[in-house]
Amino acid sequence: MQLSDKPIATAVPSSKGIVESSANWFPPALSLGRASDGRPTVTVTGTWNLRSMQPVAHALRRQLAALARQAQEAHWDLREISRLDHAGAMMLWQAWGRQRAEHLNVRAEHEGLFAHLQSEPAAEPSTGKFHWMHPMLAATRPFMVLGAHIIEVIELLGKVSLALLECLRHPSRMPWKEISANIYRTGAQALGITALVGFLIGVVLSYLSAQQLKAYGAGIFIVNLLGISVVRELGPVLAAILVAGRSGSAMTAQLGVMRVTEEIDAMSVMGIPYTLRLVLPRIVALAISLPLIVLWTNAIALVGGMVAARYEIDISIPYFISELPNAVPVANLWLGLAKGVVFGMLIALLACHFGLRVEPNTESLGEGTTNSVVAAITIVIIVDAIFAVLFSSVGVP
Amino acid sequence: MAAMVTAAPTATECIIEVRNLWTEFGTLVVHRDLNLCVHPGEVLSLVGGSGSGKSTLLREILGLQQPTRGEVSVLGVSLQHGHAEELRQLRNRWGMLFQEGAMFSALTVYENVALPLRELKTLDEDLIHDLVMLKLRMVDIEARHASKMPSELSGGMVKRVALARALSLEPELLFLDEPTAGLDPERSESFCTLIVNLKRELALTVLMVTHDLDTIVSISDRVAVLADQSIVALGTVAEVAAHPHPFIVEYFQGERGKRALEGLKPQSQAPATV
Repeated sequence: MQLSDKPIATAVPSSKGIVESSANWFPPALSLGRASDGRPTVTVTGTWNLRSMQPVAHALRRQLAALARQAQEAHWDLREISRLDHAGAMMLWQAWGRQRAEHLNVRAEHEGLFAHLQSEPAAEPSTGKFHWMHPMLAATRPFMVLGAHIIEVIELLGKVSLALLECLRHPSRMPWKEISANIYRTGAQALGITALVGFLIGVVLSYLSAQQLKAYGAGIFIVNLLGISVVRELGPVLAAILVAGRSGSAMTAQLGVMRVTEEIDAMSVMGIPYTLRLVLPRIVALAISLPLIVLWTNAIALVGGMVAARYEIDISIPYFISELPNAVPVANLWLGLAKGVVFGMLIALLACHFGLRVEPNTESLGEGTTNSVVAAITIVIIVDAIFAVLFSSVGVP
Repeated sequence: MAAMVTAAPTATECIIEVRNLWTEFGTLVVHRDLNLCVHPGEVLSLVGGSGSGKSTLLREILGLQQPTRGEVSVLGVSLQHGHAEELRQLRNRWGMLFQEGAMFSALTVYENVALPLRELKTLDEDLIHDLVMLKLRMVDIEARHASKMPSELSGGMVKRVALARALSLEPELLFLDEPTAGLDPERSESFCTLIVNLKRELALTVLMVTHDLDTIVSISDRVAVLADQSIVALGTVAEVAAHPHPFIVEYFQGERGKRALEGLKPQSQAPATV
């Protein structure tokens, strides 16, 4: 077949993006000419594979579309193509209107590529039709989700209570080792960070209140102010928030990964209830370690406050210490510790709940961990408010 | 036509070349002066006992892990001395099928296969869509599964989708890590047929790590046996099976080996000529 020598369209990709030696590599190119009998013929040459096409994909596509419009009855000559793959074949196929060109010359070894395309492409699944219920469902969804969470948390609490009862009846089944490991992880290893944060909060609080009190000549009341606020409110809440961020997220991630890798299913199959072995030890451990962390945070925050008061308004440290028991009734300390126990159990319960809900994909794991921390901190603050209302008459001199 | 092989021809005609490779973990020597050459267009199976360093070798060929000493060249690019840009482009020229599929669990089947194509940033959605659906059809995944998440698929389907993803950039070189592990015999049979067909159609070179004798016998052109920290035998299945190395004797002359090799005589020609 002879072609007139006036190609009307040629695409030349930049050589960038091709590693192979150019010796046996030609850019994908198209040219429209006329065969000896006067029929329009599109000659396709060069390397029509994904790698050589992709730098010039847009230009090629435009050209193909233009050629297909221009010369509808054209013969397509693909015999000169040096290399063809599915992407190249697909591009030509799309230009032909997703059918085989009527007049097509193609080498035998490339026939197979087009044979694949010929089989009818299956319809894509419908993405779901609009239904009048959809907006209502969308509006009520958050409440449904919240309700589902609440029900599940209560269920989990019930399961854990049953596991605990079981342990009380058969003390040998108590997971002591796990409890001890969790106390170490959530308690001992959290001493550093809680000390640092507690100390700084104590300093800042003491410094700011000292300045206000000084203006009224009431600097001596710094002991009452600091003592009550730290022991009753700040210590427990601060410790709980830190532990929720630190240990709550870790628990969710641990249980989540165990779910993804089917370890929890494996335990269940072996007859080891996961509530007893995984959830109960975490709740018990945090119920023990969080009040201790609260005590520790209180002490360090008060030390910070004392130091700041010593330098800001000259309240000596021995005076501060001797005055503290008179200013802060001991009931406040018990209240703070009780809060620690409740917060600890809530954080562990929520962390386990969100961990056990993780689905086997990475996104769900991240989402579960975030939700766990946010929910734990929120619930800590809500419960703190409830404590404040219920015990408003306790520990106030 | 000679242009079917686009790799820059090296002197030895190796699409993958491993030269004097040593791998040491502390005092443990995994590979001792290992050499391997994979020719363009062949299916090479890498076999060896567990702990013999097959997976480590595969990871080193893929550039996921650096050998202690020695050099690996793939498609003429040295993984140790190649430029960053060369290496980036090299990674678009091979496909890897991981043993567990390694699907992106947060993406749907469709998005998993489309990801490498979208990452090129130059193709339009229309072409990507058609290519993805074509690849899924090639591995016998129905269109209705395209919007499912990987966790909703069966093990065999995950493998096939992973193969579709490995093939989405039209690679010249395909790596398979235990392609038939965890598939029932019928599925693994059809998986082998699939790979043989794809290899013929796309002029692929395949490097496969596997334990499964049936898979080795049915699709590989050559077999490399990794034992004693090195390649102890390299050749066609029949040649390797006759090698006197104790591991090979145990592996190929055992009950299962004999059974698999029995089918060798009539079958060995089949994939090459059909």
